[in-house]
Amino acid sequence: MNKLGQKRAFLYPSLFTKTLLLCLLLISTGRALAAMTIDIVGSGANQIPIAILNFRDESSLQESMSAVIRADLARSGLFKMVNTADAKPQHEPEQVDFAFWRSRFTDAVVIGGTTALPNGRFEVHFRLMDASRQTQLAGMSYSATRSQLRVTAHKIADVIYAKLIGEPGAFATRIAYVVHRQDKRFELHVADSDGFSPQTILSSKEPIISPVWSPDGLRLAYVSFEQRKPVVYVQSIVTGSRQAVANFFGSNSAPAWSPDGKRLAVVLSKDGGSQINVISVDGGGNPQRLASSSSIDTEPNFSPDGNSIIFTSDRGGSPQVYRIQVSGGQPQRLTFQGSYNVSPRHSPDGKSFTFIQRNGSRFNVAVQDFATAQVQVLTEGGVDESPSYAPNGRMILYASQVRGRGILAAVSSDGRVKQRFIEDAGDVREPAWGPIVNQ
Amino acid sequence: MSKIMILFVVLLLAACSNSPLKEQAAAPVVEGGKTVGKLPPPKMVEVAPVIPSPSPSSLQPVQLEPVKSTAVVSVNPLTDPANILSKRAVFFDYDSNLIKEEYRPLVTAHGQYVISNAKAKMIIQGNTDERGSREYNLALGQRRADAVKQMMTVLGADASRIESVSFGEEKPRNEGTTEEAFSQNRRSDIVYQGE
Repeated sequence: MNKLGQKRAFLYPSLFTKTLLLCLLLISTGRALAAMTIDIVGSGANQIPIAILNFRDESSLQESMSAVIRADLARSGLFKMVNTADAKPQHEPEQVDFAFWRSRFTDAVVIGGTTALPNGRFEVHFRLMDASRQTQLAGMSYSATRSQLRVTAHKIADVIYAKLIGEPGAFATRIAYVVHRQDKRFELHVADSDGFSPQTILSSKEPIISPVWSPDGLRLAYVSFEQRKPVVYVQSIVTGSRQAVANFFGSNSAPAWSPDGKRLAVVLSKDGGSQINVISVDGGGNPQRLASSSSIDTEPNFSPDGNSIIFTSDRGGSPQVYRIQVSGGQPQRLTFQGSYNVSPRHSPDGKSFTFIQRNGSRFNVAVQDFATAQVQVLTEGGVDESPSYAPNGRMILYASQVRGRGILAAVSSDGRVKQRFIEDAGDVREPAWGPIVNQ
Repeated sequence: MSKIMILFVVLLLAACSNSPLKEQAAAPVVEGGKTVGKLPPPKMVEVAPVIPSPSPSSLQPVQLEPVKSTAVVSVNPLTDPANILSKRAVFFDYDSNLIKEEYRPLVTAHGQYVISNAKAKMIIQGNTDERGSREYNLALGQRRADAVKQMMTVLGADASRIESVSFGEEKPRNEGTTEEAFSQNRRSDIVYQGE
């Protein structure tokens, strides 16, 4: 996995476990509306030691670019942050003290700088250096407004991640989740992938559940109970405009986007029971019933190629995960271990799916491989729900509970790294990780 | 116009609250700082109290005759605590949508009400406890609402006037996490349109 062309100077014990508490409020001065603490447990098998130096002139910015990049990479569990506090300032390639970094068993060094431009924008650049070969692995320059500085830091973290790990980063992405506030109101939030810069896109005194991102990352479909029944809406996160796309007699729920963003699979009760239908996103035309059963069929999720849908059904007597071709045919049962397997979601590469498995009285995040049917249970908490893959497939975001309060948590798809996002605002639930969007 | 001047006049008029309206016509009109009318002298008018304050001796208790109504007082059967129709909740066992024997008279009564009231429209809201997936619970709540609806349509109630919907685990009656709380949340509520 390691793309650095050198012999690993220092190998970390494979089951080396640590707890790293980053109170990111200290890093981002006043930008986060809610205090979000991220608690990281565990690490990857081989952590890459990386030194990320403070950027030139970043102390005058609201956001410390290097601090955001460090927090992103540390959160992945795949990097070890080398102490840079006692190093002399190094911003340009010729200033980098490679001997010093090699003495600290550092594989990679990140330097950079910021410049305030006359037009109010900021120029931000960085270089990723191979400490052993003393060569540049990547270097980029960005022009950003003040409000784009954080996302610029996330984009830099994505470039470093992609270069050193060999797969796309997902730091410059967004998540959506629902907050049940202490005053009992419900809010649909959109935030950066690290939980910062949350924005409320819908506030209601009635529940909101099941937000899902459109493939272009510009819209959310969700279920709102504001009409005293579940109705599926699609809302633009750019303009805020929204439309009820499934508001039939009875209940309307569990939206899932087709990969082309033109259709939604939804669960309707208009024909009796809870049945999966496919509708067009603009709300026109008649719903096409996907399968017909006297049992519950719900929680549909399209495969990345759009050809099949996995869903939860109790047609076999207990809730299990099934797969059906969108073109029709008989559903095929996929889960056999245990009596409660629900909430399936495809991995971005389509080779596996994550779901919730009940083990005794516990509900845990699990992953099953399509080809081998092998199951790996990734969490050991008590009440885990709503798993959702990061768009690079590396992490799975889910809802969990700490002392009866809902929190967001994430686990790497190999189960090694775990994060907990703890927000002050209230009960947090129903997370959904958005796609990688080229901005 | 001097607004202060007008305000002064209005206040003056207000001071003698029983002044006839026509007095307002005499109010000066102020234009460009020049007085073009003349302010009449304020007129004080004695105003009689609206309610004469009774002397203590005039307070005599009067025995009121009970009201004798010839009309039958109409009570809404849906809200009359003595009527079974005021009972709206059907509770279920864990993982079950079977309507228990004790709730059959209640469901039957509401079904008959829909049959005999052509304008009645009913919403049945299914609910579950909080354990498990929210969407799967929504479907389980739907099944509980559908079970109540089906019992009514078998009696002959018009299915198009009975909408069964689900709140899943989203609107618990009891927010606790004990078995007692869970049992209160496994239910279907019957609501009539307009309530």
